[in-house]
Amino acid sequence: MVDFDNTDAMPTPPTPTPTSPAAARAPVDGETRLRELSCCGKINLRGDPGDENFTRAAADALGMALPLAPNTVATDARGTVLVFWLGPDEWLIHLPLNDTESQLQQLRQHLAPFHHAATEVTDYYTALELRGKHAADVLARGCPLDLHPRVFPPGACAQSRFGNASVLLYQPAQLDDGGDHDDGNANDSARFLIQVRWSFTDYVWDYLATVIDALAD
Amino acid sequence: MLLIKCPWCGTRDMSEFSYHGEAHLLRPPAPAEVDDAQWGAYLFARKNPKGLHRERWMHAHGCRRWFNVLRDTRDDRIYATYRPGDSPPDVDAGDDNGENNGDNNPGNPT
Repeated sequence: MVDFDNTDAMPTPPTPTPTSPAAARAPVDGETRLRELSCCGKINLRGDPGDENFTRAAADALGMALPLAPNTVATDARGTVLVFWLGPDEWLIHLPLNDTESQLQQLRQHLAPFHHAATEVTDYYTALELRGKHAADVLARGCPLDLHPRVFPPGACAQSRFGNASVLLYQPAQLDDGGDHDDGNANDSARFLIQVRWSFTDYVWDYLATVIDALAD
Repeated sequence: MLLIKCPWCGTRDMSEFSYHGEAHLLRPPAPAEVDDAQWGAYLFARKNPKGLHRERWMHAHGCRRWFNVLRDTRDDRIYATYRPGDSPPDVDAGDDNGENNGDNNPGNPT
Protein backbone atom coordinates (compact mmCIF):
# COMPACT_ATOMS: atom_id res chain seq x y z
CA MET A 1 0.00 0.00 0.00
CA VAL A 2 1.48 3.31 -1.05
CA ASP A 3 1.46 6.01 1.58
CA PHE A 4 0.39 9.07 -0.37
CA ASP A 5 1.11 11.44 2.50
CA ASN A 6 4.70 10.40 2.58
CA THR A 7 6.15 11.27 -0.81
CA ASP A 8 9.53 9.85 0.19
CA ALA A 9 7.94 6.44 0.18
CA MET A 10 6.70 6.80 -3.41
CA PRO A 11 8.41 4.50 -5.89
CA THR A 12 10.97 6.30 -8.00
CA PRO A 13 9.85 6.53 -11.61
CA PRO A 14 12.21 4.92 -14.11
CA THR A 15 14.81 7.25 -15.50
CA PRO A 16 13.79 8.31 -19.00
CA THR A 17 16.11 7.05 -21.70
CA PRO A 18 17.11 9.66 -24.26
CA THR A 19 18.07 7.03 -26.79
CA SER A 20 16.04 5.85 -29.75
CA PRO A 21 15.85 2.23 -30.92
CA ALA A 22 18.34 3.13 -33.66
CA ALA A 23 20.88 4.56 -31.23
CA ALA A 24 22.60 1.23 -30.68
CA ARG A 25 22.85 0.47 -34.38
CA ALA A 26 25.87 1.18 -36.49
CA PRO A 27 25.07 3.31 -39.55
CA VAL A 28 24.76 1.34 -42.78
CA ASP A 29 27.62 2.37 -45.00
CA GLY A 30 28.36 1.87 -48.65
CA GLU A 31 26.89 3.24 -51.83
CA THR A 32 23.59 3.89 -50.09
CA ARG A 33 23.94 5.03 -46.52
CA LEU A 34 21.54 4.94 -43.62
CA ARG A 35 22.00 6.65 -40.30
CA GLU A 36 19.94 8.14 -37.55
CA LEU A 37 19.85 11.93 -37.39
CA SER A 38 20.49 13.49 -34.04
CA CYS A 39 17.31 14.26 -32.19
CA CYS A 40 15.74 17.62 -32.91
CA GLY A 41 12.81 19.23 -31.14
CA LYS A 42 9.39 18.53 -32.66
CA ILE A 43 6.14 20.39 -32.13
CA ASN A 44 2.83 19.44 -33.64
CA LEU A 45 0.58 22.43 -34.33
CA ARG A 46 -3.13 22.39 -35.11
CA GLY A 47 -5.29 25.36 -36.02
CA ASP A 48 -7.54 26.86 -38.66
CA PRO A 49 -5.55 28.25 -41.62
CA GLY A 50 -8.74 29.86 -42.91
CA ASP A 51 -8.46 32.34 -40.05
CA GLU A 52 -5.99 35.03 -41.09
CA ASN A 53 -5.50 36.12 -37.51
CA PHE A 54 -4.44 32.61 -36.58
CA THR A 55 -1.91 32.30 -39.41
CA ARG A 56 -0.54 35.77 -38.62
CA ALA A 57 -0.17 34.96 -34.92
CA ALA A 58 1.50 31.65 -35.73
CA ALA A 59 3.88 33.41 -38.10
CA ASP A 60 4.72 35.94 -35.38
CA ALA A 61 5.42 33.18 -32.88
CA LEU A 62 7.57 31.18 -35.29
CA GLY A 63 9.26 34.02 -37.12
CA MET A 64 8.12 32.48 -40.40
CA ALA A 65 4.87 31.80 -42.24
CA LEU A 66 3.18 28.42 -42.03
CA PRO A 67 3.22 26.47 -45.30
CA LEU A 68 -0.37 26.32 -46.53
CA ALA A 69 0.14 24.32 -49.71
CA PRO A 70 -0.11 20.53 -49.32
CA ASN A 71 3.15 18.54 -49.22
CA THR A 72 5.38 21.57 -48.77
CA VAL A 73 7.96 22.63 -46.21
CA ALA A 74 8.89 26.10 -45.02
CA THR A 75 12.24 26.99 -43.51
CA ASP A 76 13.33 30.04 -41.58
CA ALA A 77 16.05 32.35 -42.85
CA ARG A 78 18.80 30.50 -40.96
CA GLY A 79 17.58 27.08 -42.01
CA THR A 80 17.41 25.76 -38.46
CA VAL A 81 13.63 25.53 -38.26
CA LEU A 82 11.53 23.45 -40.64
CA VAL A 83 7.75 23.53 -40.77
CA PHE A 84 6.11 20.60 -42.56
CA TRP A 85 2.57 20.64 -43.89
CA LEU A 86 0.88 17.54 -42.43
CA GLY A 87 -2.75 18.23 -43.18
CA PRO A 88 -5.18 21.06 -43.93
CA ASP A 89 -5.02 22.17 -40.30
CA GLU A 90 -1.88 20.48 -39.03
CA TRP A 91 1.84 21.23 -39.14
CA LEU A 92 5.00 19.74 -37.71
CA ILE A 93 7.82 21.99 -36.58
CA HIS A 94 11.42 20.72 -36.41
CA LEU A 95 13.71 22.97 -34.41
CA PRO A 96 16.88 22.83 -32.34
CA LEU A 97 16.29 20.70 -29.24
CA ASN A 98 17.22 23.47 -26.82
CA ASP A 99 14.69 25.89 -28.32
CA THR A 100 11.76 23.51 -28.03
CA GLU A 101 10.38 24.54 -24.66
CA SER A 102 10.65 28.29 -25.30
CA GLN A 103 9.11 27.97 -28.77
CA LEU A 104 6.25 25.94 -27.34
CA GLN A 105 5.54 28.61 -24.74
CA GLN A 106 5.76 31.32 -27.38
CA LEU A 107 3.30 29.52 -29.64
CA ARG A 108 0.85 29.01 -26.78
CA GLN A 109 1.10 32.67 -25.81
CA HIS A 110 0.58 34.01 -29.33
CA LEU A 111 -2.17 31.52 -30.15
CA ALA A 112 -4.07 31.76 -26.87
CA PRO A 113 -7.02 33.67 -28.43
CA PHE A 114 -7.50 31.03 -31.10
CA HIS A 115 -8.75 27.46 -31.12
CA HIS A 116 -5.47 25.59 -31.49
CA ALA A 117 -3.26 22.85 -30.13
CA ALA A 118 0.52 22.98 -29.81
CA THR A 119 1.94 19.68 -28.61
CA GLU A 120 5.51 18.65 -28.10
CA VAL A 121 6.17 15.37 -29.90
CA THR A 122 9.98 15.30 -29.79
CA ASP A 123 10.15 11.76 -28.43
CA TYR A 124 7.30 10.44 -30.52
CA TYR A 125 9.39 10.25 -33.69
CA THR A 126 12.86 9.37 -34.80
CA ALA A 127 14.44 10.67 -37.99
CA LEU A 128 16.57 8.55 -40.30
CA GLU A 129 18.64 9.77 -43.19
CA LEU A 130 19.02 7.74 -46.38
CA ARG A 131 21.44 8.99 -48.96
CA GLY A 132 23.20 7.83 -52.08
CA LYS A 133 22.27 7.79 -55.72
CA HIS A 134 20.07 4.69 -55.21
CA ALA A 135 18.22 6.15 -52.24
CA ALA A 136 14.99 6.60 -54.19
CA ASP A 137 15.19 3.00 -55.47
CA VAL A 138 15.62 1.73 -51.93
CA LEU A 139 12.58 3.68 -50.74
CA ALA A 140 10.56 2.51 -53.73
CA ARG A 141 10.79 -1.07 -52.42
CA GLY A 142 8.44 -0.18 -49.59
CA CYS A 143 6.77 3.08 -50.49
CA PRO A 144 4.07 3.59 -53.14
CA LEU A 145 5.01 7.23 -53.80
CA ASP A 146 6.57 8.21 -57.09
CA LEU A 147 9.93 9.51 -55.88
CA HIS A 148 11.24 10.60 -59.27
CA PRO A 149 12.60 14.16 -58.96
CA ARG A 150 10.04 15.24 -61.54
CA VAL A 151 7.27 14.35 -59.08
CA PHE A 152 9.06 14.57 -55.73
CA PRO A 153 11.67 17.30 -56.17
CA PRO A 154 14.12 18.46 -53.52
CA GLY A 155 12.19 20.59 -51.05
CA ALA A 156 9.04 18.44 -51.22
CA CYS A 157 7.62 16.49 -48.32
CA ALA A 158 4.96 13.81 -48.21
CA GLN A 159 3.43 11.46 -45.74
CA SER A 160 3.11 7.94 -46.95
CA ARG A 161 3.99 4.46 -45.84
CA PHE A 162 7.15 2.39 -45.94
CA GLY A 163 6.13 -1.23 -45.62
CA ASN A 164 3.50 -1.04 -42.92
CA ALA A 165 4.88 2.02 -41.15
CA SER A 166 3.59 5.55 -41.64
CA VAL A 167 6.46 7.80 -42.58
CA LEU A 168 7.08 11.44 -43.35
CA LEU A 169 9.49 11.79 -46.25
CA TYR A 170 11.39 14.94 -46.98
CA GLN A 171 14.08 15.67 -49.48
CA PRO A 172 16.13 18.64 -48.26
CA ALA A 173 16.39 21.42 -50.81
CA GLN A 174 20.15 21.86 -50.53
CA LEU A 175 22.55 19.01 -50.10
CA ASP A 176 23.92 20.29 -46.86
CA ASP A 177 26.42 17.63 -45.89
CA GLY A 178 26.31 18.27 -42.18
CA GLY A 179 30.07 17.82 -42.13
CA ASP A 180 30.23 14.28 -40.79
CA HIS A 181 30.20 12.39 -44.05
CA ASP A 182 32.86 12.84 -46.58
CA ASP A 183 31.34 11.69 -49.82
CA GLY A 184 33.04 14.07 -52.23
CA ASN A 185 30.32 13.47 -54.77
CA ALA A 186 27.27 15.19 -53.39
CA ASN A 187 25.82 15.97 -56.77
CA ASP A 188 24.45 12.58 -57.68
CA SER A 189 23.65 11.79 -54.09
CA ALA A 190 19.96 11.96 -53.29
CA ARG A 191 19.19 12.52 -49.65
CA PHE A 192 15.95 11.68 -47.86
CA LEU A 193 14.85 12.35 -44.35
CA ILE A 194 12.52 9.61 -43.10
CA GLN A 195 10.63 10.45 -39.98
CA VAL A 196 8.97 7.47 -38.37
CA ARG A 197 7.25 6.72 -35.10
CA TRP A 198 9.64 5.68 -32.36
CA SER A 199 8.16 2.20 -32.05
CA PHE A 200 8.43 1.57 -35.80
CA THR A 201 12.08 2.59 -36.01
CA ASP A 202 13.51 -0.93 -35.69
CA TYR A 203 11.12 -2.22 -38.31
CA VAL A 204 11.91 0.53 -40.83
CA TRP A 205 15.64 0.31 -40.18
CA ASP A 206 15.69 -3.48 -40.73
CA TYR A 207 13.58 -3.13 -43.87
CA LEU A 208 15.82 -0.39 -45.30
CA ALA A 209 19.03 -2.23 -44.41
CA THR A 210 17.75 -5.41 -46.10
CA VAL A 211 16.85 -3.52 -49.27
CA ILE A 212 20.16 -1.64 -49.31
CA ASP A 213 21.90 -4.99 -49.09
CA ALA A 214 19.77 -6.49 -51.85
CA LEU A 215 20.35 -3.57 -54.21
CA ALA A 216 24.08 -3.30 -53.58
CA ASP A 217 26.12 -3.78 -56.71
CA MET B 1 -4.83 -1.50 -57.08
CA LEU B 2 -6.61 1.84 -57.15
CA LEU B 3 -5.28 5.35 -57.33
CA ILE B 4 -7.35 7.58 -55.10
CA LYS B 5 -7.24 11.34 -55.13
CA CYS B 6 -7.09 12.63 -51.58
CA PRO B 7 -8.85 16.03 -51.65
CA TRP B 8 -5.80 17.49 -49.88
CA CYS B 9 -2.67 15.48 -50.69
CA GLY B 10 -3.41 14.59 -54.28
CA THR B 11 -3.42 11.23 -56.03
CA ARG B 12 -2.01 8.40 -53.94
CA ASP B 13 -1.91 4.64 -53.89
CA MET B 14 -4.91 2.85 -52.39
CA SER B 15 -2.70 1.21 -49.75
CA GLU B 16 -2.33 4.57 -48.01
CA PHE B 17 -6.07 4.69 -47.37
CA SER B 18 -8.60 2.91 -45.21
CA TYR B 19 -12.22 2.29 -46.14
CA HIS B 20 -15.09 3.17 -43.84
CA GLY B 21 -18.34 2.25 -45.53
CA GLU B 22 -21.33 4.16 -46.73
CA ALA B 23 -21.23 7.95 -46.51
CA HIS B 24 -23.91 10.52 -45.70
CA LEU B 25 -25.62 8.53 -42.95
CA LEU B 26 -27.48 10.81 -40.58
CA ARG B 27 -27.83 9.97 -36.93
CA PRO B 28 -31.41 10.52 -35.80
CA PRO B 29 -31.39 13.89 -34.01
CA ALA B 30 -33.34 12.49 -31.05
CA PRO B 31 -32.33 8.83 -30.61
CA ALA B 32 -34.64 8.36 -27.63
CA GLU B 33 -37.65 9.14 -29.77
CA VAL B 34 -37.11 6.71 -32.62
CA ASP B 35 -38.39 3.15 -32.42
CA ASP B 36 -36.20 0.07 -32.55
CA ALA B 37 -36.74 -0.47 -36.23
CA GLN B 38 -35.60 3.05 -37.11
CA TRP B 39 -32.62 2.86 -34.78
CA GLY B 40 -31.68 -0.55 -36.13
CA ALA B 41 -31.91 0.77 -39.65
CA TYR B 42 -29.60 3.63 -38.77
CA LEU B 43 -27.06 1.34 -37.12
CA PHE B 44 -27.06 -1.62 -39.43
CA ALA B 45 -28.91 -1.16 -42.70
CA ARG B 46 -26.56 -0.26 -45.51
CA LYS B 47 -27.00 0.06 -49.21
CA ASN B 48 -25.19 -2.55 -51.22
CA PRO B 49 -25.54 -1.10 -54.68
CA LYS B 50 -24.31 -2.54 -57.89
CA GLY B 51 -23.27 0.77 -59.34
CA LEU B 52 -22.41 4.14 -57.92
CA HIS B 53 -21.72 4.18 -54.22
CA ARG B 54 -20.90 7.15 -52.00
CA GLU B 55 -18.51 5.99 -49.36
CA ARG B 56 -16.09 7.26 -46.73
CA TRP B 57 -12.36 6.81 -46.93
CA MET B 58 -9.57 8.03 -44.71
CA HIS B 59 -6.03 8.89 -45.77
CA ALA B 60 -4.58 6.77 -42.97
CA HIS B 61 -0.90 6.92 -43.95
CA GLY B 62 -1.10 10.50 -45.22
CA CYS B 63 -2.88 13.52 -43.83
CA ARG B 64 -5.27 11.30 -41.79
CA ARG B 65 -8.30 13.23 -43.02
CA TRP B 66 -11.67 11.72 -43.86
CA PHE B 67 -13.33 12.34 -47.19
CA ASN B 68 -15.94 10.90 -49.51
CA VAL B 69 -15.52 8.87 -52.64
CA LEU B 70 -18.02 8.26 -55.40
CA ARG B 71 -17.09 4.82 -56.70
CA ASP B 72 -18.72 2.40 -59.09
CA THR B 73 -18.83 -0.96 -57.30
CA ARG B 74 -18.98 -2.80 -60.62
CA ASP B 75 -15.61 -1.77 -61.96
CA ASP B 76 -14.01 0.17 -59.08
CA ARG B 77 -13.90 3.28 -61.21
CA ILE B 78 -13.75 6.35 -59.00
CA TYR B 79 -15.77 9.23 -60.39
CA ALA B 80 -15.04 11.82 -57.74
CA THR B 81 -13.62 12.44 -54.31
CA TYR B 82 -14.87 15.32 -52.20
CA ARG B 83 -14.43 16.78 -48.77
CA PRO B 84 -16.82 16.21 -45.89
CA GLY B 85 -19.47 18.91 -45.92
CA ASP B 86 -19.29 19.31 -49.67
CA SER B 87 -22.31 18.06 -51.53
CA PRO B 88 -21.83 14.96 -53.66
CA PRO B 89 -20.96 15.87 -57.23
CA ASP B 90 -23.64 15.29 -59.79
CA VAL B 91 -22.20 12.48 -61.86
CA ASP B 92 -24.12 11.22 -64.80
CA ALA B 93 -22.19 8.00 -65.13
CA GLY B 94 -24.77 5.33 -64.73
CA ASP B 95 -26.57 5.57 -61.41
CA ASP B 96 -28.96 3.31 -63.16
CA ASN B 97 -28.63 -0.10 -61.57
CA GLY B 98 -26.05 -1.39 -63.91
CA GLU B 99 -27.52 -0.61 -67.29
CA ASN B 100 -25.04 1.99 -68.47
CA ASN B 101 -21.75 0.21 -68.13
CA GLY B 102 -19.76 1.82 -70.87
CA ASP B 103 -16.61 -0.02 -71.81
CA ASN B 104 -15.30 -0.48 -68.32
CA ASN B 105 -17.31 -3.48 -67.33
CA PRO B 106 -17.50 -5.95 -70.17
CA GLY B 107 -18.06 -8.88 -67.84
CA ASN B 108 -21.27 -7.68 -66.23
CA PRO B 109 -23.79 -10.53 -66.29
CA THR B 110 -27.38 -9.62 -66.95
